[in-house]
Amino acid sequence: MSATTAALPTQIRFLAWRSLLRTARQPIVIVPPLVFPLFLLAINASGLDAATALPGFPAETYVAFALAFPFMQGSIFATNTAGTNVAQDIGTGFFNRLALTPMEGPSLLVGQLSGVLLIGTVQAIAFLGAGLAAGVEIQSGIAGALVLFALSLVICAAFGTIGLLVGLRTGSGEAVQGLFPLMFILLFLSSAALPRDLIAQDWFATVATINPVSYLIEGLRSLIIVGWDAEALALGFGVAIAIFAVSLVGSTIALRGRLVRT
Amino acid sequence: MAAHTESPANGSAPARGADNGIEAEGLVREFKKGPRAVDGIDLRVSPGEIYGFLGPNGAGKSTTVHMLTTLLPPTAGTARVAGHDILRDGPAVRDAIGVALQDAALDQLLTGREHMRLQAGLHGIRSDEARRRGDELLGRVGLADAADRRVGGYSGGMKRRLDLALALVHRPIVLFLDEPTTGLDIQSRHALWDEVARLSRDDGVTVFLTTQYLEEADSLADRVGIIDRGKLVAEGTPARLKAEIGRPSVEAVPADAGEVERLEAVLARFGDPLPTARGAAAVRLADGTEELAEVVRGLDAEGLRMADLKLHAPSLDDVFLAKTGRSLEGAGEQEQETGEHAREAVPA
Repeated sequence: MSATTAALPTQIRFLAWRSLLRTARQPIVIVPPLVFPLFLLAINASGLDAATALPGFPAETYVAFALAFPFMQGSIFATNTAGTNVAQDIGTGFFNRLALTPMEGPSLLVGQLSGVLLIGTVQAIAFLGAGLAAGVEIQSGIAGALVLFALSLVICAAFGTIGLLVGLRTGSGEAVQGLFPLMFILLFLSSAALPRDLIAQDWFATVATINPVSYLIEGLRSLIIVGWDAEALALGFGVAIAIFAVSLVGSTIALRGRLVRT
Repeated sequence: MAAHTESPANGSAPARGADNGIEAEGLVREFKKGPRAVDGIDLRVSPGEIYGFLGPNGAGKSTTVHMLTTLLPPTAGTARVAGHDILRDGPAVRDAIGVALQDAALDQLLTGREHMRLQAGLHGIRSDEARRRGDELLGRVGLADAADRRVGGYSGGMKRRLDLALALVHRPIVLFLDEPTTGLDIQSRHALWDEVARLSRDDGVTVFLTTQYLEEADSLADRVGIIDRGKLVAEGTPARLKAEIGRPSVEAVPADAGEVERLEAVLARFGDPLPTARGAAAVRLADGTEELAEVVRGLDAEGLRMADLKLHAPSLDDVFLAKTGRSLEGAGEQEQETGEHAREAVPA
């Protein structure tokens, strides 16, 4: 036999290559995460512009304030994409095909996330471009825009890994899609529409404060409307990395249960 | 078809003396709230042999393959594949085997060539060799022209052939094929048989083939194991198994449908009656083929005119019938439910 066991980076490279190909060949996976967040941004920006008149509102225009929203909404699509792909592989038996190769578990997880990160990159470029076209000035400058990209990709990876966890645990695309409304509820019960200190309803302010999505949005938003806010960035990156780490551990355990090969 | 243990000249086969056989002892697999899908199977497949594992749906064929290919741990028993213990040395087993499972699990969005590249890459084959090997295998299974088309547009036969090519990419010395021709047309089926026979004959690859087609086991396998309800009920060369049953049967259809009863009475003189289609009668001949002339003379003497008269040599279905009391096709229908249960329990 001429075959040897492929090193982990090689396995990751091939699985990432497959994930990127699959993503690029499915317009349905790319277009909605681009169009819907921009559509919602346009609606929010035109309908809620009066909010900028509230005392203490932190941005001059609502579109600048709300620009973090599509980044977050796009990440929710990452959950769907990553989870559905892995559930599909389990359902079709492709997972068994992979299990019969020397593939190691981590390479599957990282490989599957590659497609999600590709979409995340395209989204970040599109959302930032749309914001700039609408007259938004990035207060943290070019370096801040790069950090914005980085944070949005970490958030994409974190939410993508939640999708992997559910996909691996259940093997069901329907179960993964069931997460979508739940994620949307989390998004709307966060500080996405208003800063937490301007939310008049106490219960809503409390929920938004304990909702980790608020800190992700505030981290993204700080780079757009504030500049360099160390606390917001630390919380944004910290929460995103924590979600990623917890989901990754869960996904690894689920993968171990799924990959029962001897 | 004889077993082949010598290495071929092209160097793609196992080294001379390589242990590419399969041995299993007391292999058992139980599923929660279900019957024993596999109930103490002992197997010994010689290097280079084509072993046909024949049984109806739900008999335990796929579960056995899942265990032998390390995808499913056995509840009890042991097995060695290509000299490696399936429980203790799974990675070495997987390195030595090629597997085409029951459903050709392919990515509809990738092309045939991309599948080859992915499979070769995960096996650690260098890219230039992977490309060469991919082209060679795609050509060998007749997919060279379709190599750059997405698999979503392939026919069932093309998918099966790609599945076989993928199983061979890392030059395995043992090949597991789980019902490789189910759902294929005759032409595709024969093309696949030819390739499997060539692999065994020219490359010395051991082939473990599950099937529910009698013809497939009969014409392709060196030896056949018949499995029913998780147990191996018979094993041997197709010729030997049929010889064990021994006696041929004769089936006749009278020209006048109203004379079936008279026909049955005449035939009963020559052997035990067999179930057959309405309007016909059949018996297992007590003294073998030589009696056919007597049967014809007997019918003639009674003035019975025949619309059809057939002599059936013993088939593997007769073997199955003799060993289990059921015909293979009927058993498949009866055990469909059990089979579905077993498949659900096997990780997808």
